[in-house]
Amino acid sequence: MSPALIAGLAALAVAAAGAALLVRPLRRRRAERPQPVHHILLPFTGTEISRRAVDAAVRLARAEHATLMPAYLATVSKQLPLDCAIPTEAAKAMPMLEAIEQRATAQGVPVDARVERGRSYRHALRRLLGKEDFDRVVVPATAMGGIGLSGDDLIWLLERAPAEVLILRPAPSDEGRLPATLG
Amino acid sequence: MCAAQAAADNSSVNSARAGRLKVFLGMAAGVGKTYRMLREGGAERDAGRDVVIGYMEPHDRPQTSALAEGLEALPRRKATYRGTQLEEMDLPALLARAPELALIDELAHTNAPGLEHRKRYEDVADVLAAGIDVFSTVNVQHLESLKDQVTELTGAYVRETFPDAVLAEADEVVLVDLTPEELIERLRAGKVYPGERIEAALANFFTVENLLALREVALRQVAAEVEAKRLVVEEPLGTREERIAAEVPQAVGERLLALVRPQPSSQRLVRRAWRSAQRLGAPLDLLWVKPPRLAIEGEVGCQVTALRHLASVLGASFLIEEGEDVVAGAARVVRERSITYIMVGESLPRRGVGRLREPLPQRLMHGTPPGVDVRIVAHRGAKEESG
Repeated sequence: MSPALIAGLAALAVAAAGAALLVRPLRRRRAERPQPVHHILLPFTGTEISRRAVDAAVRLARAEHATLMPAYLATVSKQLPLDCAIPTEAAKAMPMLEAIEQRATAQGVPVDARVERGRSYRHALRRLLGKEDFDRVVVPATAMGGIGLSGDDLIWLLERAPAEVLILRPAPSDEGRLPATLG
Repeated sequence: MCAAQAAADNSSVNSARAGRLKVFLGMAAGVGKTYRMLREGGAERDAGRDVVIGYMEPHDRPQTSALAEGLEALPRRKATYRGTQLEEMDLPALLARAPELALIDELAHTNAPGLEHRKRYEDVADVLAAGIDVFSTVNVQHLESLKDQVTELTGAYVRETFPDAVLAEADEVVLVDLTPEELIERLRAGKVYPGERIEAALANFFTVENLLALREVALRQVAAEVEAKRLVVEEPLGTREERIAAEVPQAVGERLLALVRPQPSSQRLVRRAWRSAQRLGAPLDLLWVKPPRLAIEGEVGCQVTALRHLASVLGASFLIEEGEDVVAGAARVVRERSITYIMVGESLPRRGVGRLREPLPQRLMHGTPPGVDVRIVAHRGAKEESG
């Protein structure tokens, strides 16, 4: 083996060792970096949502390095196919999802939104639970009678959701509801 | 006869017709369509024309009936269906009478079985073909293309419909407009329905929310009709072949394309694109140019499903084109679907040799047919950091 070849091989070995030293910390750093595998579901209805619930979901997601999954539940009239386009409901959902995403992103929380259709809010929720994987559910209990998820719906959710369910009841001071037009 | 067949037949009759059709369009019962039709019919008679009421629904409204008194009305034809006697327009009698102008209410009405046609708009087509002008009335909810939208808005299922082509080919469409508050006031005063039906109507269909939504639909519909007629007049010069050869999209309206990727951040782009499409009254397509070797499974599969689902909710089309080059794939779709507007997400910061490459929006501007606008939707995260 010629001295030149030996020198070349030695140089290669040194370069490889150096690269390995550089790559290991990178890999370690990647391994240490939390992966966004967790999802926190935030189902809601209507044209406003409790700011408290959104903030709680965002705080949880941030602490757990989770992805926030706000999900608008839309009802479809029985006269229409369940999988039909719902522009009127979408017109309510889109600004709400935009507002929630804006609030979450400002806190560095990734968002993966959904819109689910059903004949009732509970039906939409059931369809959502059947499709998506998530680790927690944060759900605002509405203070307004007749709008949003009812008490029965929440009990149903507690019994059926394959995850921890956090029901936030509105505090007396919780006047701030997140409207579609978030400043 | 199926609806498509009826539409086709009607279209062919319309193209050969000699009479002119004027339609009084309203958002709901009670806005005054029949009243307006009779008033204009009366004015035509006063001007010396031979005017006949072919069919009118007085709805027990005294003011409407009073207006009709001065006009000749053809006797109605009796038809029996399942033991019930129905009154319909007498088409043969109207054609035999051959006035200059016929007033025919309720364009979307379904005739009793056994008559010449299944639907009244088909009767109207015969009248027009005979060289008789027609004034008619209809509510916007009966338009075939709006049936599902109206059902979603109001929860009320629309049974009687008529093809959009009938309205599109009308010589004049007059919107008879009233604010929801005024209409509800008229309803409460018993000017629309008899007393026993008022409360039920107020509790179900005649809510301010429903009427506002229907009014918006009616206004948009008439605006679309006006625009379509204006654009036909302003059709550009040159043959269709020449325009296609020039690759200039000659779409009558706008059509939007959002370039998406199977990742959550694309949803914001879709939301923005959809809102723009709504404002423009334009259809929306979503396109993902999929690298050939990438399998739709795992996280990619989940995101593709989520995008497909979102497209279905919004009434958009989700397209997947396979190809290495996003611009080439987009250009192909732009040409095929006459896209006028492309929306793309903001590119991530470019590193290494990627800096040497022209940014996607610029490549799209160069790679797609001329006249197609490109809009960049800012990435929320990047904006927050810089801001």
